[in-house]
Amino acid sequence: MTGAAGGRGSRAYGLTIETQGLTKRFGQQLAVNDINLAVPPGAVFGFLGPNGSGKTTTIRMLLGLAAASAGTVRLLGMDMPGKFQEVLPHVGALVEGPAFYPFLSGTANLHRLDAATRHAAPATRKARVSEALERVGLGHAAGKRVHAYSLGMKQRLGIANALLSPRELLVLDEPTNGLDPQGTREVRNLVRSLAADGTTVFVSSHLLAEVEQICTHAAVMSAGRLVAQGPLPELRRSGTTGIRLVTPDTGAAMDVLARLGLFPELAAAQSDGGVVTAALAGNPAPEEIVAHLVEAGVRVRGFAVERESLEDRFVALTGEGFDVAQ
Amino acid sequence: MLPSSARLGASGTPGAEAGAAPRGSGLSLLWSELRVLFGRRRTWALLLALAAIPVLVAVAVRISSTVPPGRGPAFLDRITQNGLFVAFTAMLVSVPLFLPLTVGVVAGDTIAGEANMGTLRYLLVAPTGRVRLLLVKYAGALAFCLAAPVTVGLAGAAIGAALFPVGPVTLLSGDVIEAPEAALRILLIAAYLSVSLAGLSAIGLFLSTLTVVPVGAMAATVVVSVVSQVLDQLPQLEWLHPWLFSHYWLGFGDLLRQPVLWDSFASNALLQAGYVAVFGALAYGRFVTKDVLS
Ligand SMILES: Nc1ncnc2c1ncn2[C@@H]1O[C@H](COP(=O)(O)OP(=O)(O)OP(=O)(O)O)[C@@H](O)[C@H]1O
Ligand SMILES: [Mg+2]
Repeated sequence: MTGAAGGRGSRAYGLTIETQGLTKRFGQQLAVNDINLAVPPGAVFGFLGPNGSGKTTTIRMLLGLAAASAGTVRLLGMDMPGKFQEVLPHVGALVEGPAFYPFLSGTANLHRLDAATRHAAPATRKARVSEALERVGLGHAAGKRVHAYSLGMKQRLGIANALLSPRELLVLDEPTNGLDPQGTREVRNLVRSLAADGTTVFVSSHLLAEVEQICTHAAVMSAGRLVAQGPLPELRRSGTTGIRLVTPDTGAAMDVLARLGLFPELAAAQSDGGVVTAALAGNPAPEEIVAHLVEAGVRVRGFAVERESLEDRFVALTGEGFDVAQ
Repeated sequence: MLPSSARLGASGTPGAEAGAAPRGSGLSLLWSELRVLFGRRRTWALLLALAAIPVLVAVAVRISSTVPPGRGPAFLDRITQNGLFVAFTAMLVSVPLFLPLTVGVVAGDTIAGEANMGTLRYLLVAPTGRVRLLLVKYAGALAFCLAAPVTVGLAGAAIGAALFPVGPVTLLSGDVIEAPEAALRILLIAAYLSVSLAGLSAIGLFLSTLTVVPVGAMAATVVVSVVSQVLDQLPQLEWLHPWLFSHYWLGFGDLLRQPVLWDSFASNALLQAGYVAVFGALAYGRFVTKDVLS
């Protein structure tokens, strides 16, 4: 890639996104409850949370689509929505899925949205549109009417729209929704390459695994509250580690582990054995545990020390269960 | 701010300069709006339906042997002598319902249609200022108000000329004008009707900011136009009549005199301007504070 997409020589702001006490009330319900987001420049920031936790509502307030019930938003160091004319030309966005004029072609749709802003140079419009379409792999379908697009093609077109102009910040609300594995991978690579150019990327998702691979930072929403935020390694570190033991002698193994002061659980049981897990709390060291097990005659077929996955951490923060938060 | 050459875009082409004076002209959104409006099939269907009115009138007169004088819409009995009267008749019959109906569809769709498709949020984050978007949308609706009566008039003149003889036209004042001047009068009446529909368009624009269901805004706009015309018929509400936006809708007879009487044209224009101001302000008040949640 050539020059940095977000390449202001020196950024005049400390945080790309900064909210203070941001709150959105729908009637009685607090959809977003007093959140303080801090997204540093250059970060790939994963905005996680289960369905209905307030991610899209937050994004709408960030972009000035909805007014905050309380709190403030600063994007690129400027107040939103007050300075939207200065801020938004540098922000590419995909909000709650793509939306297009179904009766227009992909190209015509992008031309329309590009014409909507006075900041985009009409002289380069054609080139920028076809470049953006190529970038998301839609070059061959550019002339097709959007109503004939598949879900994934619309999603790609939405991303192309966010890339129409050089951006300092990309806000992508569930960008891989409806994409095939190939497309998901391409989006990941796209985000990586944009981030490498210096663009800050704010990507929301309820699929943690998707975000985990590309993010440098993450925040977790639960029922309108921000329950965790920080660099990814830090979030990982705060999780617990545990052991995972494969053995035919599950009963004996659990006795040994209990004697060592651990709280073993039978994670899987088969006729010829099972898997026992237990959380680790520093003492005893894993190698000592194995020694104790072998000494007690437990046949150890497999033993691993596992850090709690971010997924487990995510579930721990947001609560298990399928029901969406009210 | 860096010079533009230092800001290379995702495309590698120089992009818009950060925070610099706007480079795109303010008209490109208007141009795009007109292209989208008049490029879509629905608009063409509306205009075709309007064009069908004079065709129906002309064909009906043509296949029925005689029209008893004084029956049916004004001018109907004169069509067999002069095809240009098809245009006058068709414009007259389309005023109460067909024109308001089509204008209701277009004006009711302005904001609600974008909200319904979800494109409203993308226009706003592009960014398009809300006021600018409202103005462009209203301009689009006005363009349709211009196109609709012209379509009726021109289609009427064309089908009239095709099926009937065309000759000098006797005006309401008794004077006779030649066919080319009569064609100008047709356009003049079309302009009168365009102005007449400006107020209704503003009402439609306002209603369109209230909902994300375009059909609701369209229907409400049409209902408002019907209600206004009904109220205009009730003698008990005489005091209200001059304030109804439909009050002068049928008052274009004065344009068929020699010399042209401009009184009703002027009163109509003033009344419509008032409606545009009031409902434009309401639409503005509603739209600039509205949460876009669709
Ligand atoms: N227009 C609205 N009116 C009333 N409540 C709303 C509205 N939009 C969202 N909500 C509520 O706000 C809460 C947060 O919704 P939001 O769309 O922000 O969730 P989300 O985190 O984006 O979920 P998902 O992962 O499903 O996209 C939900 O409980 C929802 O019911
Ligand atoms: Mg959402």
